[in-house]
Amino acid sequence: MPRTEFSPAIFSRPVYPGLISQGAVPAIMLAEGAGAEALIDLALADASVMDRAHVIYIPARGDSATGARLGQLGAKMYHEAPSYAACLERYRKALADAHMGTWLYLAGSEGLIGQAAAEATAAGLPADAILSEHRGPVTRRMQCVHCKGITEEVATDPFTCAHCGRSLFVRDHFSRRLGAFQGVAIDAETPGIVPEPRSIQR
Amino acid sequence: MSAQVLQVAEVEALSPLVTRFRFVHPEGEALPLFSGGAHVVVEMPDGAVLRRNAYSLISDPLDGSGYEIAVRRDEAGRGGSRFMHAEVAVGDLLRVGAPVNLFALDLRARRHVLIAGGIGITPFLAQIRQLIRLQLPFELHYAVRSRAEAAAARLLPDLAQVHLHISEEGSRMDLGEILSGQPLGTHVYVCGPEGLVDGVLDTARCLGWPKGALHSEAFLAPPPGEAFEVTLARSGRKIAVGPHQSLLEALEAAEVEVPWLCRGGACGQCETHVTSCSGHIEHHDHWLSDEARASQSAIMPCVSRFRGADLTIDR
Ligand code: FES
Repeated sequence: MPRTEFSPAIFSRPVYPGLISQGAVPAIMLAEGAGAEALIDLALADASVMDRAHVIYIPARGDSATGARLGQLGAKMYHEAPSYAACLERYRKALADAHMGTWLYLAGSEGLIGQAAAEATAAGLPADAILSEHRGPVTRRMQCVHCKGITEEVATDPFTCAHCGRSLFVRDHFSRRLGAFQGVAIDAETPGIVPEPRSIQR
Repeated sequence: MSAQVLQVAEVEALSPLVTRFRFVHPEGEALPLFSGGAHVVVEMPDGAVLRRNAYSLISDPLDGSGYEIAVRRDEAGRGGSRFMHAEVAVGDLLRVGAPVNLFALDLRARRHVLIAGGIGITPFLAQIRQLIRLQLPFELHYAVRSRAEAAAARLLPDLAQVHLHISEEGSRMDLGEILSGQPLGTHVYVCGPEGLVDGVLDTARCLGWPKGALHSEAFLAPPPGEAFEVTLARSGRKIAVGPHQSLLEALEAAEVEVPWLCRGGACGQCETHVTSCSGHIEHHDHWLSDEARASQSAIMPCVSRFRGADLTIDR
């Protein structure tokens, strides 16, 4: 899958400029699904980027071929996990052990990038040491501002909160702290009047 | 620029070359507080010329009872520091501008590493008071050639994280060691001679530090040079700039208004468009882009000079 492109959006929408090699400096690389291709492209452009890299990969269900290719890029450490939750402890440990000069490469869905960047920032990693490339679906990770529950892979606007069941309007307001977009009740002033959901997969 | 008349309350030699001055309000009023890294511009009526030099404040940012600066006597300079050393005595009245900070601490940092060379220690003297008060983790490295040159040594607190490096005594500063293994969220600040500033920034970049965690201040005094002439595009006037005068000072002497803040080529306030130039602009600033520099389309009058047949500026 090629790099995901967005139409120009409002200011608080994150942008993912893509992965650019910072050379053979210490690096943590976290990729999910189609994000593996971004790491493969990165290593093709500059093989030395893997010399001191700790790579964590979350493959799509049933896909073992992509991981096998990633594992051969010569990373100092390579690890696969079935989900973000499953690799979170390892990822946190890698951040806790990191020093200034360590770069973070994130590739995959917007939800993964958002959560992983928020985790890294909380660990003290400067925002300008985080590189990201969006590969994969254009669905959004949404936080309901009413019940605070997170709904993953939202593809329509409005959508139904997976936690409290409200119909939520998809805002372009992105919270860096949560790594999620904000959803607000669409029918707060006109209870029950909810527009037809339309696709946001643009 | 808002300046007020202050009185010199103390003059003290810190080393053979460096003198500390304390300014207070003549009626004892409190002065505006500042933040570590701030500077003030001191006006020096030196014969026919009015000099304005920027000096970092070295006193406690939260102490409004006075402002203190440390001035290094620069024999090769244009005369400001010589004036301070030779002419200024306790009781004198001088105009001092309001504090401006172009070298502030980034308080989002989790740890602050301060690296000073020689007189570049001055902004850090105020910053460490702020850091100690806020109980933020920091370390200070102060590099000097000889013990006699370590003017600020006794103004520094006796703390384990304050390191004095005296190259003559073999305790050279090892930048690679200082910058390796720093925890995530550390910011680095460097102030001193250009060689040290470049050394720190280059070492940090090689080690992978991102730009946003690096802060530098090269204390730039306007360098003296050859006399030159500039033409003012708006009035057609020609202004002569003396060898020990900056272009900014010459414009001010001719009552041409130019905005300024740092007078050291860092803030960008005085940027002036060049309308025609045949010759060579000696850019000494840290502001203009390489393209603007190469195309000679702009000049920073506070520090930069000119050599050649004609320089016409949009003033
Ligand atoms: S006054 Fe600040 S750059 Fe000239």
